[in-house]
Amino acid sequence: MSNYDAIIVGAGHNGLVCATLLAKAGKRVLVLEANASEGGLGASREFHEGFQVPMAHGAASFSSTVLKDLNLAGEGLSFSDALPTVGLSEDGNHVSVVGDSVTGALEADAAAYPAYRAKLKRYAKVLKSIWESTLPRLGAGGLAESLVYAKGALNVRMLGRDDMGEFVRVLTLPMRDLIDEVFEDPKLQGLLSWDGVIGNKMAPRSPNNAVLPLLLRMNGLHDGDHCVPNGGMNALNEALLSAAKKAGVTIRFDAPVAKFIIEGDENGQRATGVELASGEALEASTIVSSADPKTTFMKLVGTRHLDIQFTNRINRLRADGMVAKYHAALSELPKINGLDDLGGRLLIAPTFDAIEFAYDDAKYGEASEHPVMEITFPSLQDPSLAPDGKHVMSVNVMYAPYKEKSGWSDAARSAFLGRVVETLEKYIPGISSLVIAQELLTPADLEAEYHAYGGHWHHGELSLEQALMMRPTYYAAQYNTPIPGVYLCGAGAHPGGGMTGLPGRNAAREILK
Amino acid sequence: MTLNTTSSEDRFAGERLKRTPFYPRLKELNLREAWDEWNGYKFADHFYDTDYEYFCIRNQCGTYDITPMQKHLIEGPDAEAMLNRMVTRDMTKLRVNRVTYLCWCDDGGRMIDDGTIFRLGEEKFMLTCGSPSNAWLAKSAVGFDNVTITDITDDTAAIAFQGPVTCEVLKKMGLEGIENLKRFGIMTFPFEGETMIVSRTGFTGDLGYELWVPAELGLKMWDKLYAAGEDYGIQPVGEGAVNMARLEAGLIMPYLDFSEALKTVHYKHDQSPLMLNIGFTVDFKKPHFNGREALLAEKEKGLDYILTKLDIEGNKVAEEAILYAEEECKTEIGYVTSAMWSPAVKANIALAMVKPEYLEKEIWAEIYFYKELRPYRKMAICTVRDKPFYMPPHASQTPPAIF
Repeated sequence: MSNYDAIIVGAGHNGLVCATLLAKAGKRVLVLEANASEGGLGASREFHEGFQVPMAHGAASFSSTVLKDLNLAGEGLSFSDALPTVGLSEDGNHVSVVGDSVTGALEADAAAYPAYRAKLKRYAKVLKSIWESTLPRLGAGGLAESLVYAKGALNVRMLGRDDMGEFVRVLTLPMRDLIDEVFEDPKLQGLLSWDGVIGNKMAPRSPNNAVLPLLLRMNGLHDGDHCVPNGGMNALNEALLSAAKKAGVTIRFDAPVAKFIIEGDENGQRATGVELASGEALEASTIVSSADPKTTFMKLVGTRHLDIQFTNRINRLRADGMVAKYHAALSELPKINGLDDLGGRLLIAPTFDAIEFAYDDAKYGEASEHPVMEITFPSLQDPSLAPDGKHVMSVNVMYAPYKEKSGWSDAARSAFLGRVVETLEKYIPGISSLVIAQELLTPADLEAEYHAYGGHWHHGELSLEQALMMRPTYYAAQYNTPIPGVYLCGAGAHPGGGMTGLPGRNAAREILK
Repeated sequence: MTLNTTSSEDRFAGERLKRTPFYPRLKELNLREAWDEWNGYKFADHFYDTDYEYFCIRNQCGTYDITPMQKHLIEGPDAEAMLNRMVTRDMTKLRVNRVTYLCWCDDGGRMIDDGTIFRLGEEKFMLTCGSPSNAWLAKSAVGFDNVTITDITDDTAAIAFQGPVTCEVLKKMGLEGIENLKRFGIMTFPFEGETMIVSRTGFTGDLGYELWVPAELGLKMWDKLYAAGEDYGIQPVGEGAVNMARLEAGLIMPYLDFSEALKTVHYKHDQSPLMLNIGFTVDFKKPHFNGREALLAEKEKGLDYILTKLDIEGNKVAEEAILYAEEECKTEIGYVTSAMWSPAVKANIALAMVKPEYLEKEIWAEIYFYKELRPYRKMAICTVRDKPFYMPPHASQTPPAIF
């Protein structure tokens, strides 16, 4: 007799959201986490004695619906106002965007921005019901299924005829085409591209759906503007953990799952539990994986239990990460000419082409010669991350291909680290002299430490062929899978990556149906 | 355009048909130069006369060059599990030195190909089939770390030796104990320092064996077999004769009775094994195999068509005939996939796809036939047959009769 109705694999935000909602509905839920703490790719990380960083920079994309469903406010969770995103400039003339306000860019561009943003906000709103629904399987023609699409279509129709056409026109545009139709300022162009491409194998000129990920982010707390929980990113993890525990979820850390136990007889196959790396077996009839789809199916389920074409679709999922993390312990906060407040996020992405050219290297398996990056100083929100008076800096660096052509040799790694530091020094002169300790995590490192294939922070590209009712692929895009009892609840499921909490929420609703 | 005539190289080398190891003998015996192509090999449709070769299979013995048939070795600790997931039968039940006929399907339960699997050892299998399957095998092996797949088609010389006197000839050839080999059994014999594999298998519904040796020993095997068979009327047979024999035996043929699922454009133009009436190869007791869920769903929903053996009134061959529920051709209920006048059964036989709900009712074939270039049409009533049209007791007898 099993002690649990459901076992959730992974205590990342989606795993915890799913676990909490299942427990709230009366299920006995066990969460198994391979690492020593919650948060997954968004966990806190001590990279030098006394210095920690949250792995995620912001909570912009977090869903307010999830906040409500879990009553995270009741756990004391609150968020900052919208924080500025600053495009750094070597000459100190930075561009800054928050809300409708643009400073440091061409006047005409600043004037055009509110209308541009209003348009995207309208489109983001149209998609809300799509993000929050299980999208029916292709070919499933029932009334309930049709209604989900009908509601989405109605939302689009409600935009009015012209706006509807415009919505469909821009939805799959490359970021560059979306932006240079309206804005001329190179710095602003670079800055606005960022959230459409980050995390994906994409640059401003890349076709295949950069706008959709942007709109998913905009479904979050401040219409996509940068924001962090009050008290720092870890407050979100703590609130999620606390809500899970309060709902009765049991959580075991340092409990890596080796495989799912799939049993079969003449009635077919079903999941009956999991086996830990330690050899311990745990029973449950519902196994919910917040691991990425490749890890879930290729490793935890095992291909022998899956159909062949399905397996090959999973095996061919595009999930090679492109973002490295650079963490530095700082003796003090740096001074940046022309910028007083370092509490937002700072981008080194001064033009479209700066991003594009950085990406070009990565297309051929090389880490960028001139990397682009997103910088935060998380100790500003959470002073406990560093000893008194000291600070931490966290940098998302693009592009660092998971399959670097030397296999991330020591030489390649140290050369790339050198280029990252050199770039930072150019935009933040003196920064390197403040560094007490540092680390560089390539996507390969992220994979090893956080168990996500490719170190991909969306658990797979948010490209059109892996989105919506195709995420991660057909026959696994409704949270259930070909194996009865096995479900997906991670970022590899609809609506996808970033930190929305929606895959975990949608999966729970599906499991409880 | 000018051709470069100074070069001694064959500009079309890559396009020319490959020759099987038996070619030096085949080319002498192919009196009609009736060559066809199979998987890139030069391959005889007939050597002298299709009907004559057919009667050789039925009355004495014939050799059919199956070198072009695709052969793959699947080896290693994961070989059984990998195949078990790919094919419809339960491979754990296949004993060493046994062969089984089976098929494999795509995820949708549509048949990709049928073939045979030989269990040559606990961890060693040979899969044979009509069309190249390397890509599908490679896909099927993804996630299985301990399995190697080798295409041994070009490295193997193989003969299907079919007919009532074949056992006698093999005894004369020196294959001791061959008379004790049961249907779908395998024996091995030392041959010129290598191993000859002999299986009691075939595609004719008659007594018969298949002989497998390394390609370089092909001619030696041929000569030894022909020396032994000299007094038994041994004769090469081509595709035409084998196609007649297999239809009498009720065996299905790709590109006639079924389309390979991975090659069809329209999803309704391929078939499931249930539709092809080889449901006996589908082991639903297995917890999983490729296409299982889809096949179960199909079984539950009911088949669109089922391949049916028809005995058709008269003697006009029903090739390409459409089937109707009434003589007036009001309700279309199916179509013929293969048809012939059967010399062995003396009947006008056919395989046909028929909507299952009409099986118990009248089935009419609309037959077009020619008399001296003039087309005629007739309606012929059909009778459903459950058993193979031709299933002689000597085909399964062990030991076979002595001649």
